[in-house]
Amino acid sequence: MKLSAYDHVQIARDKDRLKGLGLVHALCDEVIEMHGDRHFKDDPSMYCGCAQIGCHSVMIIAQVKGINTADNVHKNFGMNQPEGFRKAIRAVKLANKLSIPIVSIVDTPGAYPGLGAEERGQHSAIAHCLYAFASASVPIITVVLSEGGSGGALALSIANHIIMFEHAIYSILSPEGFASILYKDASKSKEVAELMGLTSYDLKAKGIVDEIVDESTSMNESIKATRHKVCIQLDKLKSMSQEELISQKEAKFRKMGSDYGH
Amino acid sequence: MKNLFEQRKKQISGFKTLLNVSKHLFAKKEMPNDVIHVCATCHKASTLEHFQRNLRVCVHCDAHERVSAKDRLHMSVDEGSFKPLWNQLTTSTKLDFPDYQKKLKEARQSTQLNEAVLVGEATLDQHPIAIGVMDANFMMGSMGSLVGELITRLIEHACEHRYPLILYVASGGARMQEGIISLMQMAKTTQAMKKHHDLNLFSIMVLTHPTTGGVSASFAMLGDLTLSEPSALIGFAGKRVIEKTIQQSLPSHFQSAEFGLEQGFIDMIIHRHEMKSTLAYLLLWSKGGTHETIRV
Repeated sequence: MKLSAYDHVQIARDKDRLKGLGLVHALCDEVIEMHGDRHFKDDPSMYCGCAQIGCHSVMIIAQVKGINTADNVHKNFGMNQPEGFRKAIRAVKLANKLSIPIVSIVDTPGAYPGLGAEERGQHSAIAHCLYAFASASVPIITVVLSEGGSGGALALSIANHIIMFEHAIYSILSPEGFASILYKDASKSKEVAELMGLTSYDLKAKGIVDEIVDESTSMNESIKATRHKVCIQLDKLKSMSQEELISQKEAKFRKMGSDYGH
Repeated sequence: MKNLFEQRKKQISGFKTLLNVSKHLFAKKEMPNDVIHVCATCHKASTLEHFQRNLRVCVHCDAHERVSAKDRLHMSVDEGSFKPLWNQLTTSTKLDFPDYQKKLKEARQSTQLNEAVLVGEATLDQHPIAIGVMDANFMMGSMGSLVGELITRLIEHACEHRYPLILYVASGGARMQEGIISLMQMAKTTQAMKKHHDLNLFSIMVLTHPTTGGVSASFAMLGDLTLSEPSALIGFAGKRVIEKTIQQSLPSHFQSAEFGLEQGFIDMIIHRHEMKSTLAYLLLWSKGGTHETIRV
């Protein structure tokens, strides 16, 4: 049976689905976590760490949702504060300084829309996180695990290679937000989900993501496949020069929505 | 007796006529909006000509009203110096989101623009610049593929010719109808800004009402200096979304330019009358000044 776009939305949001931290531990052989943005505080919904995947040192930058209600309250349901993006910027700069590849994991409904987040410059934090990812001259691999919500997801996704789980979603806004903006009716989210083209297949077809992790067997198999794909890309990208890495990434995003003449 | 009735009838009809005349005289008239402008903030009226001459700033309360891209250019660069680039392009007709092409067509008709941004080169007080001006009258200045492409091309043009960049931002954010491709314009424009910075070129963002969403979270926050017009709405998330999330109402100056200045995200709030001279000063400053001593 073919799943509808909204089925994918629900699978991606399932409370029992693998969460970011679970994937970090499954992918990495070792990891030491970094805390804090050095300006204001630590954001538990953004996990950054110095990790080892097989023989590769990598910088892990992951959006993490909670595994139960209490954990979700602590991790703000995976909605990052400006401090989360600023911690990610620290991690990118450190990786870049040491020429260590970056593996980012995306799972967020979106950047947190709160009073404090606005006061502390959510817009500026995201913009500078995009800038940091665009500027890094080390291999960057992004894994879209479940929910790729809007600018918050893009902030970790200016990458050389993007891998997306089959049932993950990635979109300009949540289907609810999209329906309430365009149709002034959040309950139309099911229908708009189809129009939004937010499934892994849609995004692969558009060239937004590079490959899909099959989820037809078990999550364990999918994790193994992901680790395998990440390792292949690490080997491949590490053979490229800094200039090649930057220009590959630049060319990839430069051509998105550029089909216009002169 | 009959006479009395006649007299009364006459009196009444005379009174009625008078009433009609006075109704006509004192009735609330529809303001002809091609002559009179009523301020949306203080509700006081002025002649449209006076209001326009005042750069669309209310002559009574100083409220800065929305400016079209063409008017903005007119008040921002040296007269006759603007050379538009790629302004004949229109958003791809292959984008088939329901009603999108219809909305684009309406916006093109009502604004006489092809898209929500005008880009080109010009001089400002004789300084050559690359300039982009967004227009919030065109689908809320939202950034779809063409808006992102034009801004990216403008920044690349500035890199190629080593021009300083000035962008007047007015946008609600990414354009929903183009979905993920709109989101990717944030990445594209950010990469372009990186190139401009890498060449040590100077950039100024002028944030006008409104600057929010995916635009405030990308190139709008990536200039060397960030100026704003008074009271402009500047933020990331929409007010309604925030109120719904935190279940409380927001302070009145929340997400205003003044709020942004207080929080440290804007360098200066500049009155529209002073904007051009401020930019001219900054352009001159960025070149290290002149050999002549500036007399104070």
